Amino acid sequence: MIQLSDVLTLSAIMFSLSVAGIFLNRKNVIILLMAIELMLLAVNINFIGFSHFLGDTAGQVFVFFILTVAAAEAAIGLAILVVLFRNKHTINVDELDTLKG
Amino acid sequence: MGFEKIIFYMFAFIAIGSATMVITVRNPVKSALYLVLTFFSVAAVWLILEAEFLAIALVLVYVGAVMVLFLFVVMMLDINLARLKEGFINYLPIGIGVAITFGVMLYTVVGSDNFGLYQVPAPEPKGADYSNTIELGLVLYTQYVFPFEVAAVILLVAIIAAIVLTLRRRPNTRYQHPDKQVSVQKKDRMRVVNMPSEERK
Repeated sequence: MIQLSDVLTLSAIMFSLSVAGIFLNRKNVIILLMAIELMLLAVNINFIGFSHFLGDTAGQVFVFFILTVAAAEAAIGLAILVVLFRNKHTINVDELDTLKG
Repeated sequence: MGFEKIIFYMFAFIAIGSATMVITVRNPVKSALYLVLTFFSVAAVWLILEAEFLAIALVLVYVGAVMVLFLFVVMMLDINLARLKEGFINYLPIGIGVAITFGVMLYTVVGSDNFGLYQVPAPEPKGADYSNTIELGLVLYTQYVFPFEVAAVILLVAIIAAIVLTLRRRPNTRYQHPDKQVSVQKKDRMRVVNMPSEERK
């Protein structure tokens, strides 16, 4: 039988992988967005696991809303990326220093 | 080890392996394709956990729409891959360190000591007449109907924002002006010239 900790461990490993991805690819905005998608997916695995083992549908409803928000976030993020590339001709995070941050 | 567990571990390993490839490969196109594989195997895990509707929704929404959008953007932008990978080796030790620390910390919380079968017993398998879609729809359209409508508004905002952000007017592009075309007068286009007739040579 699968136990809840198996599901939670899978989710934990995927979350730490995406945290490492943010550290490794800190110049490439596209990979950063993909790492954020991976993080949201790991959180969703948690919700599904708890929903299955506790027999509560609310977890799946939450995953539904997270998927919606993640899709909206990806669409807007990529639109911003396209506009950024059109104006600056780069997506290197190091060269995006207009705000002197 | 039961059959179900073997299937679960297989898809979990595929998911973890392809997630590792997502963050390590050089080419963003390959990285996006590995992300697709991750989503597929996670959808299979969700099927094992009896969340059938969301597993199919993940494949349709993510693999069908979001990842195609990612691939479109990756292929449209002409990016310099060598420049973007510069700090990769420098950040590799700290990345691995943070990942391992984070993973171990999370595992000490969610390991089988705290969330094993003894603490959280496995639920009874659902029968063949159980429909996850009906179950989800029943709560989604009654108890959670207001959040559902808020989600619809969020999607509308995303559509409008994506269009407004990428819309542009180029100065050199030639546009048609139908109103001017329709309202044109004879005197705007034609000039009657008075001149003496010429002899044929």
